[in-house]
Amino acid sequence: MLTLSRWKVTAVILSVIFGIVFTLPNLLPQKTLDALPGWVPHQKLNLGLDLQGGSYLLYEVDTDALRKERLTNMVEDVRTTLRNDQIEFGELGESGGIVRVRITDPAKVDQAVSLLRRSIGGPLAGAIGGRDTSVSNKGDGRLELSFVPEAAKADAAKAVDQSIETIRRRIDALGTKEPTITRQGSNRIVIQAAGESDPARLQAVIGQTAKLTFQMVDETVSQEDMIAGRIPPGVVVIPGTQPGAPPIPVAKRALVTGEDLVTANQEFDNQSGQAVVAFRFGGSGARKFGDATTRNVGKRFAIVLDGKYISDPRINQPLPGGSGIITGNFTPESAAELALLLRSGALPAKLNLEEQRTVGAELGADAVKAGAISLAIGAAAMFVFIILAYGLFGIFAALALVVNVLLIIGIMSMTQATLTFPGIAGLILTLAVAVDANVLIYERMRDEAAAGRSPMSAADTGFRRAMVSIMDANITSLISAAIMFGFGSGPIKGFAWTLSIGVFTSVFTAIIITQVLIGWWFKAAKPKKLPIA
Amino acid sequence: MAWPLIRLIPRETHFRFVKWAPIAAGLSALLILGSCVSFFTQGLNLGIDFKGGIAMEARMPTPIPLAELRTELGRIGVHDAQVQGFGSPNSAMIRFLPEAGQDANAEAAEIKQKLVAHFPTMTMPAPSVIGAKVSGELLGSGFKALGIALLLMLGYIWFRFQWQFGVGAVIAVFHDIILTLGLLSVMQIEFSMTSIAALLTVIGYSMNEKVITFDRLKENLRKYKTTPLRDIIDLSENERLSRTIITGSTALLALGGTMVFGGPVLFPLVFTMTFGIIIGTYSSIYIALPLILVWGVKRGDEEATPIKLGAGTRP
Repeated sequence: MLTLSRWKVTAVILSVIFGIVFTLPNLLPQKTLDALPGWVPHQKLNLGLDLQGGSYLLYEVDTDALRKERLTNMVEDVRTTLRNDQIEFGELGESGGIVRVRITDPAKVDQAVSLLRRSIGGPLAGAIGGRDTSVSNKGDGRLELSFVPEAAKADAAKAVDQSIETIRRRIDALGTKEPTITRQGSNRIVIQAAGESDPARLQAVIGQTAKLTFQMVDETVSQEDMIAGRIPPGVVVIPGTQPGAPPIPVAKRALVTGEDLVTANQEFDNQSGQAVVAFRFGGSGARKFGDATTRNVGKRFAIVLDGKYISDPRINQPLPGGSGIITGNFTPESAAELALLLRSGALPAKLNLEEQRTVGAELGADAVKAGAISLAIGAAAMFVFIILAYGLFGIFAALALVVNVLLIIGIMSMTQATLTFPGIAGLILTLAVAVDANVLIYERMRDEAAAGRSPMSAADTGFRRAMVSIMDANITSLISAAIMFGFGSGPIKGFAWTLSIGVFTSVFTAIIITQVLIGWWFKAAKPKKLPIA
Repeated sequence: MAWPLIRLIPRETHFRFVKWAPIAAGLSALLILGSCVSFFTQGLNLGIDFKGGIAMEARMPTPIPLAELRTELGRIGVHDAQVQGFGSPNSAMIRFLPEAGQDANAEAAEIKQKLVAHFPTMTMPAPSVIGAKVSGELLGSGFKALGIALLLMLGYIWFRFQWQFGVGAVIAVFHDIILTLGLLSVMQIEFSMTSIAALLTVIGYSMNEKVITFDRLKENLRKYKTTPLRDIIDLSENERLSRTIITGSTALLALGGTMVFGGPVLFPLVFTMTFGIIIGTYSSIYIALPLILVWGVKRGDEEATPIKLGAGTRP
């Protein structure tokens, strides 16, 4: 093991150079850094919100728009419900938060009331048997439907909660940014994200509702009808997302919505080479999509995002698999962004940006400073201790540890992962385990030397035997880190990321670097006795 | 002076670790009971990260001294307040958890009055109620991740050693989690987002200890096929004692710096981690190994003729 093979020495030298080159930007003053040529890495550690602050965005959930949308849906629901039961009606419309309808046949009024009471709206959260809509009979066949006051409040609260989760998924999908997302007041959301993140990018990802629907194009409505405003009930005219795209009439009722999507990814079209968004519906969504495309072969449907259509392709054949692509003049970036938004789900309501500013470290700049100084003191104490304990070999271990820290900081800077306080906890654990690896190796050497082996043989066997334990311990760590990275979010993800990087660098530095250093020392000093035996 | 200091640690020790296991088991049971009682009576001191609270902006015509503001908040009885620079140096955001059963607005007004008495130029716009930083979904996914991670670690240890080892390790880690949460509950240390990180560190360190312990045990089980299990456990423990001391002290030293000089914000976190490292070391010796002793292990069928190297004594 102690043979100094060429690859080991090369690996050690390369890793040290890598560590220094990628860590250096963090140590140089910004001015020096700017003066360096472009090929030198410039990326600094991306410190998290808790350590260095970042951008602060205050959004308001547009609950009025949400209510309006729910009322529009109610109108459509009333229309379909009454039609399905062949109850004739007229004067259906909404104003001032109340949906009004007139049942033409007086004999069917009672039937209509009980039918609408049963099928419009949903159960009211927190009240057993309660409904969130009320239906009242105003006489003369006139019915009025409205949401009960509690429903509006519950709706808004639910919208805020859903928005928070959706925003979190969207920002998490951008990488380990570890945002803080909190509710403020009854309908506001505060989003804070780490310093290095670009507020414009955040806004682009947060500000879009990303409600995707597939709606049939109503081809019975001619261009003239549209201009004259002769739009049949249940049809709506929507603009396109592309500048210059003509408005088209589509059915108000959506065939399928983005809620049923299981995946969406940016891909390139095989024929045109253009960036597209590939999507797949799952379960009932796939069935609905398959049925709708089977029923409507030869007709056009519109792919609608937030009330504007992206494209209106003709259905050439049924699509039973529930998957397809969206084309529409995308750049790879815009397609990837749309795919991200679709994957993370739509916001239940529009968010309006109210305030944006830069904020300081969440832990408080004073606490961060004290923490940095104290960590340095702790590290110094650790180095002194390990050198006192193992002498020359302690110095080797300390050197390996220094390279370890350089590598971790270098990789973190290179990958631009966010280092947060939980990440630092992961780092401390990593270093403790790295020291442990060295200690295991040295203790093994002492055991072997005590058992009567020559220094060289003791050192060699020590390495080999300690390897087993070190690998077992680190594989266990890596398993847990991988799982926590995959399933966890927020602080757990940050912790897991630093830990995973640390596992690799620790095994490398504790085993290979120490080995090369001890190998060189054996070659130079030809010792009769191990300094630690 | 014997330099390197490692020479000060005796080469051979003969501590009877297993002999103390019943006492340790009693002690652990007592501590777990205490933790549970505290956990169910007063619970964890969930902080603003979990419960939400009140946010107030503070403005001054001059830069706000954050540390002084924090100290002042502590002095007037606002515990675990978060103080963050807000937009400009002259502005700070204060977040705190109102006392249970008190009117939040009245409390905010009172705090404002007291702060203005200390910082006469300070102005504070209306406070607002803020929600929890950690949502149910976030916490749920975290627990799920932790659960799966523990199961997979159990699987790996089972694969590398035997099932008794895997189950023993996981039970010992649970012991550490309960005692650490118990400490947080008994001392009513604020449980925040960073406490989760501390807990994960404790679990990581503890698991590392278990695996290292088992490795030596496995090796000795193979080496001394007829020695009673209890003696092998003692032997393995004595053999790796110097390693435990050195590694443990290094970890404690690294944290010690932050414990002493890290300031009031980081202290609770580092204190928890330090406690966890001590408990993790203890539970490897006194929970994981005795559990294996209770269940017994499958031994010595890899080779046909067991080699006897002298039972109960070191070679």
